[in-house]
Amino acid sequence: MKVVLLGATKGMGRAVARKFAERGDSIFLLGRDQDELERSALDLENRGARQRIEYGFCDLLQPRSFEPGLAQAWETLDGVDAVVVTAGIFGAQEDLEVRDAHAARVLTADFTSTVLFCEVARKRLLEDGGGTLCVFSSVAGDRGRSKVVLYGAAKAGLSAYLEGLDHRYRRAGLRTVCVKPGFVRTAMTADLDAPPFACDPETIAPRVVRAIDRGTPVVYVPGIWRWVLLAIRMLPRFAMRRIDF
Amino acid sequence: MRKIGKIEVETMSEEHEVELVPDSHAASTAPTENTAATDAERSTEDAVPRTGQRSLLGWGRVAHVFARELCSENLEEISKQAVLSRGLGRSYGDASLPAPEFGPALSTRFADRILDFDSETGVLRAEAGLSLRDLLHSFLSSGFFVPVTPGTQFATLGGCVASDVHGKNHHRDGSFGEHLRSLKMRVADGRILVCSPDHEAELFYATLGGMGLTGHILEVELQMARVPSPWIWQKVKHFDNLESLFVALRSGSAKWPFSVAWIDGLTAPGREHGILMLGRWAEADEAPRKFPKPRKARTVPFDAPSWFLNGLTGRIHNRLHSWTHRNSVGIEHPETFFYPLDHVRDWNRLYGKRGFIQYQCILPHEEEGYAVLRFLDLLRKLGADPLLCVLKDFGAQGKGMLSFPKPGFTLCIDLPYRGDRTQNLVDQLNEFVLAEEGRIYLAKDLHTRAEHFFAMEPRFEAWNEVRRRWDPQASIRSALSVRLFGDDA
Ligand SMILES: Cc1cc2nc3c(=O)[nH]c(=O)nc-3n(C[C@H](O)[C@H](O)[C@H](O)COP(=O)(O)OP(=O)(O)OC[C@H]3O[C@@H](n4cnc5c(N)ncnc54)[C@H](O)[C@@H]3O)c2cc1C
Ligand SMILES: NC(=O)c1ccc[n+]([C@@H]2O[C@H](COP(=O)([O-])OP(=O)(O)OC[C@H]3O[C@@H](n4cnc5c(N)ncnc54)[C@H](OP(=O)(O)O)[C@@H]3O)[C@@H](O)[C@H]2O)c1
Repeated sequence: MKVVLLGATKGMGRAVARKFAERGDSIFLLGRDQDELERSALDLENRGARQRIEYGFCDLLQPRSFEPGLAQAWETLDGVDAVVVTAGIFGAQEDLEVRDAHAARVLTADFTSTVLFCEVARKRLLEDGGGTLCVFSSVAGDRGRSKVVLYGAAKAGLSAYLEGLDHRYRRAGLRTVCVKPGFVRTAMTADLDAPPFACDPETIAPRVVRAIDRGTPVVYVPGIWRWVLLAIRMLPRFAMRRIDF
Repeated sequence: MRKIGKIEVETMSEEHEVELVPDSHAASTAPTENTAATDAERSTEDAVPRTGQRSLLGWGRVAHVFARELCSENLEEISKQAVLSRGLGRSYGDASLPAPEFGPALSTRFADRILDFDSETGVLRAEAGLSLRDLLHSFLSSGFFVPVTPGTQFATLGGCVASDVHGKNHHRDGSFGEHLRSLKMRVADGRILVCSPDHEAELFYATLGGMGLTGHILEVELQMARVPSPWIWQKVKHFDNLESLFVALRSGSAKWPFSVAWIDGLTAPGREHGILMLGRWAEADEAPRKFPKPRKARTVPFDAPSWFLNGLTGRIHNRLHSWTHRNSVGIEHPETFFYPLDHVRDWNRLYGKRGFIQYQCILPHEEEGYAVLRFLDLLRKLGADPLLCVLKDFGAQGKGMLSFPKPGFTLCIDLPYRGDRTQNLVDQLNEFVLAEEGRIYLAKDLHTRAEHFFAMEPRFEAWNEVRRRWDPQASIRSALSVRLFGDDA
């Protein structure tokens, strides 16, 4: 398989890229920091990638970088089967409430920019007759929640966009995979207290890769969150207010 | 294999970068233009994660310091601010804890990239947070293993260097530092440099066993060991008499690359017994065809009550252990052989909320008799209930200026924590070790007093001089260096 990853220098993206490398898939990395990209490319090469790994510039906060970045990926890999987006930023609710600029950045990066990036990727994949677009949303987007009002709203929008894409283009060959992680121990969450079911990126990576192989439209990682969120989505509003989830 | 430096990336040419960054004219296509961070803003806003203070613990869960822990994949960035680096926190005492109210520690656990590996020579270069577990997962199948491994695979390369760890093969292969090629470090004045036996050698040797106090280790270059198969050939022998066990341990060490003994520390005098485990890598024609499956680690979901591992359960545990380890010869899974405790991931919680300590010392070999026997007598007299008593045979002292190993038997015991009684116990054990001209292992220690430590470590002055040369203000400082090395609290 030929895979392009945006956000594989860190966290879950790093773990997913390693899985692809181990099984010998062709990989192209997109990101905003040359040095980090270089080191991640070397890492993947030393963890089993069969070919040399190339990378290109793409900053989620600079939409003009999307087309050139993806064009370079297409050219280098000679066509692409899957585009994976794990790039995103988090902000604690208390923090976002007092720092407007940061709130704007989180909302923009996690919704508008991610969607615009997906639009470019979608067009390219469809031009080639189809492919897989895998994007990391969050369980935080499944229900409005007091602890993640802003971040959750951006992710809710993202999840809705991905579902819409799925309905509109699956028949044309575009498979969207919306990954909804629960709490995963990455640098992004390092200063939060880990709730039950917290797990490591290595644990969720195989599940994500399997979902990409199969084109599963929505995948919760770890799987238990599917049932937790099923229950949460069914809670009446007064109960939701009570449990302070 | 490609190296950093000779890569060319066309689209990242300066032309492009300049064009992309300001983005202020592309209003219609760039909805982010009024919110996009400038580069300067970005580096302060999300490159350095803002971490709250919390209780950082040693592995024994007795030592704790309330401090921030900076976490990032980018060690160069966070090492600018941290007062101490820590890995996976598998040192038992306060070695991995920053000096209280002094500044944040950094955790290397997300910095785990393998930057270079030469399959001809077995030389590996990786970021300091790479764990041994990850390393084995990646390289055992291609015939390489770490040259020296501690009894847990949840240790990082940086932690193995800073403690200059030893394994069951110390008598033959020395400690971890002997297999190092070079280290990339950020030193106290902010510079990043590479040190090795040929370049800034003093810094290099002061860093082996230097408990993180000479600088932040960013990258480690290591000579891996080639193995004939991924399986272990093991011989287990049971002994009812400790003296014959000691003799067998020493003669076994002369012939086998790996050796370790385990003693039941809880029996009455005269009824002591123990087992000896000897091992080597299995030859290709002895080993099973299939690759040893990585073991799944179980977790302990909550803290056990504090009485859980008391004398009684300990006794049952020891009895079971000796039953399951009757005399045998044959193939063993490498994880079972090297990491028996890793089967339960956070087994330290079995000791309950109060936690436990580990005491490890070295007792030099004697012409006649065994200091270990007297040590066990003393333990009994002091009413200590050691659960696990592990014995290894050390070879020559290495070049690390403060590394723990030197020739003799090293003895390692776990003890439930009992406040002042524990302090008193450690004091008495240290008096004994001092009289025997032995020393203690800083990676395990929490209760040793400075005066005992200085008396055991005539090497300290020389090491400290090097440390001061690189860090006159002691701006890299740990809870351990405050307790033992005279740093201001
Ligand atoms: C079950 C078990 C068995 C063990 N068996 C053995 C054994 O057989 N032999 C042995 O020698 N040890 C043994 N140990 C101890 C362990 O190997 C050491 O404590 C090791 O240092 C732990 O590595 P870590 O990554 O967890 O480091 P930490 O515990 O996080 O840190 C240990 C020390 O290293 C320093 N450090 C860590 N990373 C860096 C860095 N990047 N730069 C600078 N300094 C750094 C810290 O400041 C600290 O002083 C065992 C521990 C356990 C829990
Ligand atoms: N961790 C969790 O518990 C959790 C839970 C639910 C959902 N998620 C979502 O899952 C995804 C991955 O999370 P993670 O924990 O793996 O995050 P992470 O460790 O912080 O990694 C984020 C990745 O995004 C990249 N990135 C950030 N801003 C970027 C930008 N402006 N342009 C390009 N790349 C950028 C980073 O690259 P750099 O190296 O350049 O910084 C990094 O590779 C995110 O979308 C997150 O919201 C996470």
